Amino acid sequence: MIRCAIVTTPIDPAALLAEVTMPATGATTLFIGTVRDVNEGRAVTGIEYSAYTAMALEEMERIAREASLMFDGVRVAVEHRVGLLVLQEISVAIAVAHARRAPAIDAGRFIIEELKRRVPVWKQEHYVDGERVWVDPTATLVPVSAA
Amino acid sequence: MTQLQVLLFASYADAFGSGAVTVTVPEPATSADVLTALRSLPGGSVLPAAPVLAVDRRYTRGVVPVHAGQEIALIPPVAGG
Repeated sequence: MIRCAIVTTPIDPAALLAEVTMPATGATTLFIGTVRDVNEGRAVTGIEYSAYTAMALEEMERIAREASLMFDGVRVAVEHRVGLLVLQEISVAIAVAHARRAPAIDAGRFIIEELKRRVPVWKQEHYVDGERVWVDPTATLVPVSAA
Repeated sequence: MTQLQVLLFASYADAFGSGAVTVTVPEPATSADVLTALRSLPGGSVLPAAPVLAVDRRYTRGVVPVHAGQEIALIPPVAGG
């Protein structure tokens, strides 16, 4: 069972848990990403998330299918929200269930890491001073020269 | 020559002032032709050395053929989660 969605309304983590959990699943993990008050030392008031919705959905589904293949058929529900979110609002939720804990935990970690690396979603941080900046996670990386 | 539409998002949409632009490229065209055409447009200087291109909602690697009718999109560094 795999379900992924890009949503514009608040995410209900309990609904995701209920979707993936069944009598045969003895282990369920839930990852929740929320809007944090400080990033790179600057006070944040909110984050505006946007997406290439069609591709983001397909990429999330590819990641979930990979997780299901790699981690023994785990059951996965993923929702990513777009729009303007204020502090502590949920931007992403990932529920994973399996008969045993190891696949559920490992798959949850795999899915959030791949989502952050691959899913075409962007965030523009709104700061206390009114400035708005697109977040570029690659900007602080040191380029690696070819060996 | 042929015309292709390219979808733009986030910082790239801001730089080009639009969520989509039309580029004129030789036929048959490649992703490299699309990037060259994009760089010549106002806002094109914002593009990094190797921008990420998606065709039909999948990431491409290296130079790939492109043609009208495909969904071509330029993907800024992603920052979901």
